[in-house]
Amino acid sequence: MRLRLEARTETARWLVVATPLLAAALTLASGIVMFAALGYDPAKALTSFFIKPIENVYGLTELAVKATPLLLCALGLAVGFRGGVWNIGAEGQLTMGAVAAGGLALAFHGEEPGWLMPAMVLAGALGGAAWAAIPAFLRARFNTNEILTSLMLTYVAVQFLGYLVHGPWRNPQGFNFPQSRDFGEAAIIPLLMEGTRLHLGVILAGLAVFAAWLLLDRSHLGFQIRVSGSAPRAAAYAGYPVSRIVWAGFLAGGAMAGLAGMMEAAGPIGKLQPLISPGYGFAAIIVAFLGRLNAFGILLASLLVALLYLGGETAQIDLKVPPAVTGVFQGLLLFFLLGSDFLTRYRVKLVRRAAAS
Amino acid sequence: MPSEAPTPPLIRLSGIVKAYPGCLANDRIDLSVAAGEIHALLGENGAGKSTLVKIMAGVVSPDAGEIRWQGAPVAIEGPAAARRLGIGMVFQHFTLFESLTVTENVALAAGTKGRDRKALAGRIAELAARYGLAVDANRHVHHLAVGERQRVEILRCLLEEPRLIVLDEPTSVLTPQEAEALFATLRMLAAEGRGILFISHKLDEVRALCQRATILRGGKRVGECDPRAESAASLARLMVGSDVTPARRGAPKAPGGEMLALAKLDLAPADPHGVPLHAIDLTVRAGEIVGIAGVAGNGQSELLAAVTGERLAPEHAVRIAGVPAGRRASSYRRKLGLAVIPEERLGRGAVAEMSLAENAVLTAADQGLVSGGMVQSRAAAAYAKAVIERFGVVARGAGAAADSLSGGNLQKFILGREMLQNPKLLVAAHPTWGVDVGAAAAIHRALLALREAGAAILIVSEDLDELLAISDRVAAICGGRLSPVVPAEEAGRERLGQWMSGLFGGGAEAHAA
Repeated sequence: MRLRLEARTETARWLVVATPLLAAALTLASGIVMFAALGYDPAKALTSFFIKPIENVYGLTELAVKATPLLLCALGLAVGFRGGVWNIGAEGQLTMGAVAAGGLALAFHGEEPGWLMPAMVLAGALGGAAWAAIPAFLRARFNTNEILTSLMLTYVAVQFLGYLVHGPWRNPQGFNFPQSRDFGEAAIIPLLMEGTRLHLGVILAGLAVFAAWLLLDRSHLGFQIRVSGSAPRAAAYAGYPVSRIVWAGFLAGGAMAGLAGMMEAAGPIGKLQPLISPGYGFAAIIVAFLGRLNAFGILLASLLVALLYLGGETAQIDLKVPPAVTGVFQGLLLFFLLGSDFLTRYRVKLVRRAAAS
Repeated sequence: MPSEAPTPPLIRLSGIVKAYPGCLANDRIDLSVAAGEIHALLGENGAGKSTLVKIMAGVVSPDAGEIRWQGAPVAIEGPAAARRLGIGMVFQHFTLFESLTVTENVALAAGTKGRDRKALAGRIAELAARYGLAVDANRHVHHLAVGERQRVEILRCLLEEPRLIVLDEPTSVLTPQEAEALFATLRMLAAEGRGILFISHKLDEVRALCQRATILRGGKRVGECDPRAESAASLARLMVGSDVTPARRGAPKAPGGEMLALAKLDLAPADPHGVPLHAIDLTVRAGEIVGIAGVAGNGQSELLAAVTGERLAPEHAVRIAGVPAGRRASSYRRKLGLAVIPEERLGRGAVAEMSLAENAVLTAADQGLVSGGMVQSRAAAAYAKAVIERFGVVARGAGAAADSLSGGNLQKFILGREMLQNPKLLVAAHPTWGVDVGAAAAIHRALLALREAGAAILIVSEDLDELLAISDRVAAICGGRLSPVVPAEEAGRERLGQWMSGLFGGGAEAHAA
């Protein structure tokens, strides 16, 4: 007896629904075992992971605040990923979006003109897109591996932000802390709900889901991107220039990540500091694939990953679970989700060795 | 056991079953090859020939059935076991290392025996002389022509002293003359008492070479016969299961305007093992089919790429419908009336996992399938449906994924998608490669109908019979140079065969007609 994998000729619709449920069940089961083995009450642990963070309105708004940058970055990345353009540098593009928008905010500090907020939105998107244009140019012109260039530029961007907040943009009244002045009134995104951190950017992110769906699934450009990703030779045959797909993927990814960076700086943070993102740009890669590179799927995936972020923090506070354990649990969920995805494409069979000779 | 009368066959397969998901590749197949026999395994693509061969080579293990080797039951556990028994394989696709010499390539397969290079080179020379397989053992493989590479494959196989030699479509890459030389070698090997299993779908070759034939259709063995006693038509009927009427072209019409003109086209290859094009002159006029013969890898793909716009050339070296277009992108050339049927159906001509409706958008976007930058999915589905109906494509509908279609049906779809755009110039690469006989006839009829309607058609193919049947004028390409272009009636297999091996004097100026 041995196990054998067979490719499914067709994927049944019920499987697409059933596999995430299976993954959830497996995660809960292994979570119970893991927490019990470590001496925590599994019921309490799971409650603090999945229920407590969102049992009140404030929790829900926090979920939306966390999900927004993940969602924006992942939507932009999906444009590239569908076309086989592997932009791994959303974290850096996010950082440069924050730098561009933050620079504008600091330049007009104290003047507070009315056009500052729209200008910052634009600057954020342009900053991210400009940073993404570097690997796009290198790939389109010299066929450089964009995975390496986009990833390396992330560290350049983070160091650049560090230089700015330690040096020229440091708050003169900030007791030498490496951070900028607090942004002025006009440079802070208006809140949607008093007493929470929920800001207008959430609405923009919702619109972005719809726009990304139109681009990816309905437009001719989206079609060309999909063809380039799944059959590059068919794209050459149809006459879709590779450079167009590379530029579209990187500019969309960069602009969305830059927008996310701008919203972090001008939203919950309200200034520039060495760390704008706790890794949203990298987590967004997982979010994009978890959502099967589909705009609405990415929306759900960003909410789930945001919940995992919040749940991990809650569990650390409530149960004194070490961060490593919450990390393992988050990893388990993603592992089961992506692993069960495999079952929609393959079936597992038990076979006896043939030809009894 | 003295009463066991005649010697058992070299190999006897009985009741072989092999299933792949969604497909029963071999359904209780029986086959036996005797010593000294040249046995044909005949069948269309997808009939199960390759699976059966892989089972004999030990690459695939059967789900059920029995294999007897010289009368004794055996299990062929892997390729090494097959070699130990004495089964030698010559594959259709070459398995040589380009950057090594002939001797080095043979040494790699010979294992410990290959350590003494000098002795090995001597042995290669000896075998080559005995069987008429002229090969220079010290040359690098990438310098060798296709026919020579195949001789290396055969020599490598012979070094193992096989009792049974299996050749998978060995003539598909050879000129008619090279094929004749191969047959002489095979007859010699059979006369020594080796068994030979010759896999092919070329009926004339099988009739000339083989004493027995086993015919497969749809994974089943449908018969065994003496091909020498059959006609090509009766063999085709056995293979296909019904009568096939080949397409014939009508009388040539007065040629119309010049739709494609290549003038002194030179093109460096895109990759190091590619073939540069040298001063190619060619015109294709409205209402005619021009066929280009040639052994694969002699510049066909470069020539096609220069015409379709996947490679750029000097602006005036390529003119489409009278407009210089050498530096123009494919999309511009399509607007001039160019349509292309590429060699590769899945992955180039169509995106495997996309539906037929989406695949219609690939090249027919200008037919109202895209407006305002948005894909009109309803129009795309209607277009795909029209193609399915007009060209007799067997598919579940416009929503069927491209890779759910058989090769022949997908080819009919691609052909239909291009033809419904009313092209002025159609370029088709190997339009019936790997397609069953029935679909091939339908494709030929469609191409001839397009010619009647006044389009110019350029076909590149390795199948001489196809080219001679439907082309008005033919030429051959070899080493990136084009032979003279002559009317099909005057060409003949012999002459085209010589041209395919490069024997056509100076160049296109020396017009032979």
